[in-house]
Amino acid sequence: MKRTLMKRSFMAKLVVRVPYAWLVAFFLLPFLIVLKISLSQTAIAQPPYTPVFDLAAGWHGLVSFLAGLSLDNYAFLGSDPLYVLSYLKSLEIAALSTLILLVIGYPIAYAMTRTPRKAQAISVLLVILPFWTSFLIRIYAWMNILQHDGPLNRLLLVLDLVREPPVWLSTNTAVYIGIVYSYLPFMVLPLYATLEKLDEALLEAAADLGCPRWKAFWLVTVPLSAPGVIAGVLLCFIPAVGEFVIPDLLGGSRTSMIGQTIWTEFFANKDWPTASAVAVVLVCLLVTPIVVFQHQTMRGIERD
Amino acid sequence: MRKLSAFNIATLFVGVAFLYLPIAVLVVYSFNASRLVAVWGGWSTRWYGELADDAPLLEAAFISLRVALLSASAATLLGTLAAVALVRFGRFRGRLLFSAMIYAPLVMPEVITGLSMLLLFVAISVDRGFWTVVVAHTTMAMCFVAVIVQARLVDFDMSLEEAAMDLGASPARTFMTVTLPLIVPAIAASWMLAFALSLDDLVIASFTTGPGATTLPIRIYSQVRLGVSPEMNAVCSIMVGVVGLAVIAASLLTKLSAARGAPARV
Repeated sequence: MKRTLMKRSFMAKLVVRVPYAWLVAFFLLPFLIVLKISLSQTAIAQPPYTPVFDLAAGWHGLVSFLAGLSLDNYAFLGSDPLYVLSYLKSLEIAALSTLILLVIGYPIAYAMTRTPRKAQAISVLLVILPFWTSFLIRIYAWMNILQHDGPLNRLLLVLDLVREPPVWLSTNTAVYIGIVYSYLPFMVLPLYATLEKLDEALLEAAADLGCPRWKAFWLVTVPLSAPGVIAGVLLCFIPAVGEFVIPDLLGGSRTSMIGQTIWTEFFANKDWPTASAVAVVLVCLLVTPIVVFQHQTMRGIERD
Repeated sequence: MRKLSAFNIATLFVGVAFLYLPIAVLVVYSFNASRLVAVWGGWSTRWYGELADDAPLLEAAFISLRVALLSASAATLLGTLAAVALVRFGRFRGRLLFSAMIYAPLVMPEVITGLSMLLLFVAISVDRGFWTVVVAHTTMAMCFVAVIVQARLVDFDMSLEEAAMDLGASPARTFMTVTLPLIVPAIAASWMLAFALSLDDLVIASFTTGPGATTLPIRIYSQVRLGVSPEMNAVCSIMVGVVGLAVIAASLLTKLSAARGAPARV
C-alpha cells in the first residue's frame, strides 16, 4: 500500500484550500463577473453598468437583477462588422505566425539536439535568455530597426535590394515579425524537449533497413515529435490571438486585433459591457485549444 | 549517429543572430550621441546621465521592483502549495477545477486576465493601486510556479519521504527536512520567473493599477508609443544588462549547487 505524504490533517487541508481559495477568488470569480457584466447595459453611473446586484434587496433584488440581464451586447457584436473582422484578423494573424514559428522553430530545435552534449546546455540557455528580457523591450528594439531610416532599410539600400526604403512600421508584416520574434522560445523549447528524448536507435534501425535519411526523418522523427509540435503550437497560438502590445506598437491603426479592441472599448470608450462581451466570445473561441493544452501539459508532466 | 551537418550549424547561427541582433542594435543605439536615433553621432553615455534626472521614471522603477518582490514571494508560496496539493493529494474533491485554474492562466490572453481582475476590484469596491497590482501579479505568477514545482515533485523519489516517516518523522517534519531541501532549486527558479514576469507585465498592470502606482512597463509604454527615443534606448539597455547578469548568475548558481549536490542524490 502506498502511503501518501500527508494525512488529512488540519495542515494538509490548508495546503489545498489556501491556493484553491485564492484561485477561486482571483481567477474564477473575476470570470463570472465578466460574464455577468457582458449581459448588462452601459450606464452613466459608478460602476458604469446596470443592473447591479443588490444583496440587501434579497429575493426581489435577485429577480429584478436577473430580469435586467440581456444578450443585447452579443447581438451587437454580431451585427457590427468591426468586431467580426477584428476576431477574424486576430485568428488569421495568430494562425499564420504560428505556422511561420513552426517552420522556423523546428530546424532550430532539431539542430540543437545535434550539437554535442555540452553545447546543448549553452544552446538552451541562448534560446531562453531573450525570453527573460522584457517583452516590451524586445518589441521596442524592433521599432528601432524597422523605422523609416533605421538599420534594416539602410542595409537594404546599401545592398541595393530596394530603390526606395519600404515602410515597415504600422504594417501587418511588422506584427508578424514581432510575434515570431517574441514567441520563438515558446516554440523551440517544447520541440527541443521532445526531439531530445527521441531514441536514436530508431533512426539507426531505419538506416539499417535501407531507409534514406530524409525518409526516416519524415516517417520516424516527425511523427514522434508530435507532442512537442502540439505544445509549441498551442503555446504560441493561444496568447497570440489575444496579443495587445505587438499590434499596438508595430501594427497600423487599420489592423485592430481583438486584444486592442477590448483595450479600446474599455479604456477609450468606457463601454464595459461591450468589452466584457468581446472578452467572453474570445474565451469561447480559445476554450478548445486551452483544454487541449491543459490535457497535454498534465499528461506530459505525469509521464515524465 | 548524432551528427551536426552544415545545415544544422547554419540554422543555429541564423537563429541565434535573429534572437540577439535586435537587442544588440538597441544597446548600440543607446550609446549614440545624436538625438536623432537613426543618425550616428559617435559614442556617448549622455542618455544614461539624463536618466538619473528623470524622477517619474525612477519612481516607476522603484514601484515595479516592490511589486515584483512582493508578488513573486507570494506567488512562490501559493504556487508551491498548489503543486504539493496536485502531486501529493491524489484525487481530492474539485481537483479537476483546481488543475484547470492552474493551467488556464498560463495561456490566457493578458487582456482578459487584466479586464476580469479589474472588474472584480470594481465589483467589490476596492480602490485600485499598488496592492491590486500585487494581487493580480501573484495570481498570474503562482500558476507558473505551480507547474515548475509540480514537474520537480513528480520525478521525486518517494522512498526518501517514506524512509523519513518510517523513522518516525511527522508528515510536516518530513516535508520540511526532506522534501523541501530537495525541491529548493525548482522553487528558487520559479521565484525568479515570477519576479521577471511581474517586472515585465504591461497589460495586467495597466488594468489593475490606480493613481500613484505607475509601474516601469506602463511608464516605458507611454513613452514608447510616441516613438523611438534615445532615453528609452538607454533605459531598455540597462534592463537588458541587469536581466542578462541575473540570469547568468542564476545559471552559474544552479550549476554549482547541482555539482555539489550530485553525489548525494539518490
